[in-house]
Amino acid sequence: MSDLTLDRLAKGDALPTFGVDVTATTVILGALASRDWRPMHHDYKFAVERQGVQDIFLNTPNQAAWFERYLNDWTGPKGRIGRMVFRMTKPVFPGDHMLLTGTVDDVSVDETGCGWIRAEISLTVDGAVRTTATARIALPTTPDDNPWDRRGERWKP
Amino acid sequence: MTAQDTTLPEDVAALIGKVQYEKRGDFPAERGYIWTSCASVQNGNPLFWDDAVAAELTGGHIAPLSLLSAWARPHYWAPGAEGEQLSLQVHFDLKIRFELPEAIMTDNTNVFYEPVRLGDIVTSRQVLRSVSPEKRTKLGIGRFWVIDVEYHNQDGALLGTESYTGYGYRREATA
Repeated sequence: MSDLTLDRLAKGDALPTFGVDVTATTVILGALASRDWRPMHHDYKFAVERQGVQDIFLNTPNQAAWFERYLNDWTGPKGRIGRMVFRMTKPVFPGDHMLLTGTVDDVSVDETGCGWIRAEISLTVDGAVRTTATARIALPTTPDDNPWDRRGERWKP
Repeated sequence: MTAQDTTLPEDVAALIGKVQYEKRGDFPAERGYIWTSCASVQNGNPLFWDDAVAAELTGGHIAPLSLLSAWARPHYWAPGAEGEQLSLQVHFDLKIRFELPEAIMTDNTNVFYEPVRLGDIVTSRQVLRSVSPEKRTKLGIGRFWVIDVEYHNQDGALLGTESYTGYGYRREATA
């Protein structure tokens, strides 16, 4: 795992691509890990017959967990996510090969001296977008800097 | 997509902006759930697995940020409780109020402040922000609504906020 610093990044940089095969276990484990007991995330018949979708599907907090994992794999543990905004246009189902890609959209330092990047992320399956996300992540400005030390007025996510 | 419906029933309009369902989490943040969450997404971040890294960077173990809502979600069952125990109760109230049996989430915004630490008890509260007029989508006919959730720890520190856009709908009969 790397320890990315702000000076190594520029607008337009690509994040590494990450892919994973989604199974029923992926969906159910993710739902239960986030304490989401709703049946569309573990009951096939409910998802198909009641919800009108093709299968059970990833729940919202678990999609957020996949994005967090993806971002921190890239930044290293000092990367501190301040904000994540995502739009789910189509569910992610068992049998899908989920591909995460991203691009650095902005690099900045705020008035408190905190270094930030904004990344645009896409979750695609077979080339079609299922979820898009924008993440604002604090990164160290120097090797000694640690965004996790920031509190109160020094943390502006 | 979630433009306010100016013809909303009065009882629903009265709920917009009002804090509802302030609830204390059922149990303190603990490592079992942290590891299960990490396992669910193959998250090898040493902050969650390595005591030395956690001590150095965050002054002790914290939870994955995306796990925030889990600490405030009710048990599926608990002694004395009746019926399904639900998080995001405002969402389910709207489904019942508008007689929309199905629902999905379409948008989610998470803003993270203080991280959740082992032993924290998380309190959540919900605020309905908007409800749209009826709209037809490929899923059926229904309404979009936006619900904000705020999370605080036992010391009153703000941990984060979430904003959900939900779509409650009824399926249309197919020919």
